[in-house]
Amino acid sequence: MPRSVPVTVTVNGSTHEREVEPRTLLVHFLREELDLTGVHVGCESTLCGACTVHLNGRAVKSCTVLAVQADGQEVTTIEGLAPNADNLHPLQVGFWEKHGLQCGYCTPGMIMAAKQLLDDNPSPTETEIREALDGNICRCTGYQQIVDAVQHAAEVAGAS
Amino acid sequence: MATFRPNSVGQAIKRREDPRLIRGLGTYTDDVKLPRMTYAAFVRSDFAAGAIRSIDTSAAAAHPGVAGVYTYADMDGQVGPSPVGVELPDMGKADHPLLADGRVLHVGQPIAVVVAETPYAARDAAGLVDVDIEPREAVVDVEAAMAPDAPRVYEELDSNICIHLPIPNPEADKLFEQADQTLSMRLLNQKVAPFPMEGRAVCAHWEEGPGKLTIWTSNQAPHFVKQQVAMCLRIPEIRVRAIAPEVGGGFGAKIPTYPEEPLLCWISRALCRPVKWAETRTENLLGMTHGRGHVEKIEVAFQNDGRVLALKGQTISDVGAWRSFYGPFIAMSTHTMSCGCYAIKAVAWDIATVFTNTMATEAYRGAGRPEAAYIIERVMDEVAAATGLDPIDVRRRNFVDKGAFPHTTASGAVYDSGDYELTLDRMVELAGYEEAREAQRQAREQGRLVGIGLATFTEVCGIGPSTGTAPQQRMGTWESATVRVEPSGNVTVYTGISPHGQGQETAFAQMVSDAFGVGLDDVVVVHGDTDQVQHGVGTFGSRGIAVGGAALHMALTKVHAKATRIAAHHLDAPVDQIEYEDGEFTVSGTDRKLTFREVAEMAHLWNVNVPGEEPGLEAVARFEPPGTTFPFGAHLCQVEVDAESGQIEIQRYVAVDDFGVVINPMLADGQRLGGMVQGIGQAMWEEVQYDDGGQLLSGTLMDYAVPRAKHFPRMELDNTVTPTEINPLGAKGIGELGTIGSTPCIVNAIVDALRPLGITNIDMPAKPERVWQAIQSAGAA
Repeated sequence: MPRSVPVTVTVNGSTHEREVEPRTLLVHFLREELDLTGVHVGCESTLCGACTVHLNGRAVKSCTVLAVQADGQEVTTIEGLAPNADNLHPLQVGFWEKHGLQCGYCTPGMIMAAKQLLDDNPSPTETEIREALDGNICRCTGYQQIVDAVQHAAEVAGAS
Repeated sequence: MATFRPNSVGQAIKRREDPRLIRGLGTYTDDVKLPRMTYAAFVRSDFAAGAIRSIDTSAAAAHPGVAGVYTYADMDGQVGPSPVGVELPDMGKADHPLLADGRVLHVGQPIAVVVAETPYAARDAAGLVDVDIEPREAVVDVEAAMAPDAPRVYEELDSNICIHLPIPNPEADKLFEQADQTLSMRLLNQKVAPFPMEGRAVCAHWEEGPGKLTIWTSNQAPHFVKQQVAMCLRIPEIRVRAIAPEVGGGFGAKIPTYPEEPLLCWISRALCRPVKWAETRTENLLGMTHGRGHVEKIEVAFQNDGRVLALKGQTISDVGAWRSFYGPFIAMSTHTMSCGCYAIKAVAWDIATVFTNTMATEAYRGAGRPEAAYIIERVMDEVAAATGLDPIDVRRRNFVDKGAFPHTTASGAVYDSGDYELTLDRMVELAGYEEAREAQRQAREQGRLVGIGLATFTEVCGIGPSTGTAPQQRMGTWESATVRVEPSGNVTVYTGISPHGQGQETAFAQMVSDAFGVGLDDVVVVHGDTDQVQHGVGTFGSRGIAVGGAALHMALTKVHAKATRIAAHHLDAPVDQIEYEDGEFTVSGTDRKLTFREVAEMAHLWNVNVPGEEPGLEAVARFEPPGTTFPFGAHLCQVEVDAESGQIEIQRYVAVDDFGVVINPMLADGQRLGGMVQGIGQAMWEEVQYDDGGQLLSGTLMDYAVPRAKHFPRMELDNTVTPTEINPLGAKGIGELGTIGSTPCIVNAIVDALRPLGITNIDMPAKPERVWQAIQSAGAA
């Protein structure tokens, strides 16, 4: 069998120790080892954004990060964005309020990418939102309601 | 049938589906985890055509963690051939095996499958399968494939023609002789990739104890899957449960049951272990059905005043290498919808659907109607150019009058209702059409290439009467709904449609809320599970509300009638004295009343016999639509072309659509916006490309251009409401409309921008390179 290496990753605030093949992708580590199936695989090539998570607070495409690269690091996935249904993140509220999702497959990655935007720029313009989400594909919505969702989130976050 | 006062219906209610999806808690097929799971990886053909000389699986079988390697020889006639949907007795056809049987017909065709303890081991071992193929000449171009001496996809057939259907019309010939003018065009509707964000995924689980197969599959029509898998495995359908859990988009390409689906079911049974497979994006671009793939030639007879008299069309449709569910029949819809929203007197057509050594084609958001709308809307602009009229005036002169419905077109479609002037007027107002044209004139004077494009289109929705297809096609297209009221008065709906983003868990809850006065939280909508929903058809053809919703309305009506009778008994009043409003049954003119919840409890728990009534409160209904519905719209787009680079900027997009009565306007807008962006994607960027040898050139996201957020301005939307009488809701269907209207609208705008240069057509996709070359050629001419 292929050799394994130990990794220790803090995911959504909990620390996990696992033995993985060195080639294990972070997205597979999260989905298969930790059962965090909100992280989706869309293209395996960094181009669609469905697998976007935060690594030490920065958005990354987890399909092209190795699990061993996350060793000793902190990862946040969509599952870690809200503690429970009653305390949703403003972006989750925005996507719900503004119909920013249909099939929902791109949504976790879209929200995590939008979080990066709002972390850097709390009140983006529509053009800035569209540019910032360039690495994330949605095939259902046509993006307009996603833009509305991010704007709504910015307003909610700004007001709180 | 009852009508329920719209209270929730018509409101922009946020979705019931979303709380799980925004937290990453939805379960898509690849999220299913079962004990003793195995993982499949496919070995696919690298050649478009060839004979398999040998397959050596020994190294793969010996690879650590491999549970099994399977080729055609291992199936030993126990399973297959590939499921086929619609077929005709006299069409060119051959069985398509689940794994290649000695020959390969297209790049990406499954040849072997490796099953292992982990996905990585399965892929490693798949790389060790040695397949020796003797390539032969492939035929890739659909027109070349029609030649008598073309290489044949199926050597045993006389030609590559799957279906040839001439539809001559002497009346059209006569009108062509009488017409002031004629013109002809050759229009290409290139192949595109449906590209749902979730590719195909299957988890097959045979349980030897109960003798039952469960298949989770990312599919739009799980009841078809159940039937097809049972047929392929030669087991009774009562032994098969098909589940479409969360499905990450489909757009038509997840209607068919793919070869991989029964194959993995068969392997699960052979291994007595669950098997899971989720395709890679490259597998998706190779092995998920493609859309469109039409070459159309159109001749138009018209008068100097812009009136179009007759059309003569030819459609050559690329079926690909094998017959998917509905692929060979898509071109029929192109002929049927060829008149658009215009009162054209006669139509002649010739349809050829043709095999090539490429992936099979199948329905893709519109399936034949986008091609029809593209033809007739491009025609209208060229007639305007030929007559010197404004494209709007040409359209108005040809519209079917609003008093003429139901209207039977020259191509045989029966349009239910329409008011094309209404939507066009509203669009002209919303867009400020005259001002936009004036601004265009000024821009042109400055040498800028600004174009304004229109599309006033109609399409067919709510698929659709079972009688719309031949009896032997075995494809009843009615829909079912069960409404089960619990003793508490909470309600479970079981629907035969299989939504995957459209939002019927919400729209249907709104309908239930209006019927019974219960809250949205008191309703659960179950779909996509053949063990819970006895029979259904699925979600495609813009039928979710128009057919599935109509079935729900029937079931709600039945339950409501029974609840009224039970209430009458307990209130000691005749049924015709019972009035219902907002969840309360009241004896007319009194204050004696029962709530719906009290009636539900009485129906289940009270030890009282209501004469003539069984206990309980539940109804099943099946809606067979008497016809299809025809939503319509008027779209306008403004683009500016950069002559130096060929880059196109979409500056405005205005859409006024009419899809009848609306259940949830926010969800309807979502369907429209998503559809428009997909249609614009085809017009401007998307193209499945094969080289002459049949190698796929667009096999990754580096090579296949899916629209992204920054490509679009804010779309401006409005709608008018012209109900239909085809179903009790008055709703027409919304899923495909945006795609159908937007593609010709964009191309008309681009051609309008370039027309001062003498350019009269640009083939899709109008990518910068192509536009730039057209500008260069025009300048040189």
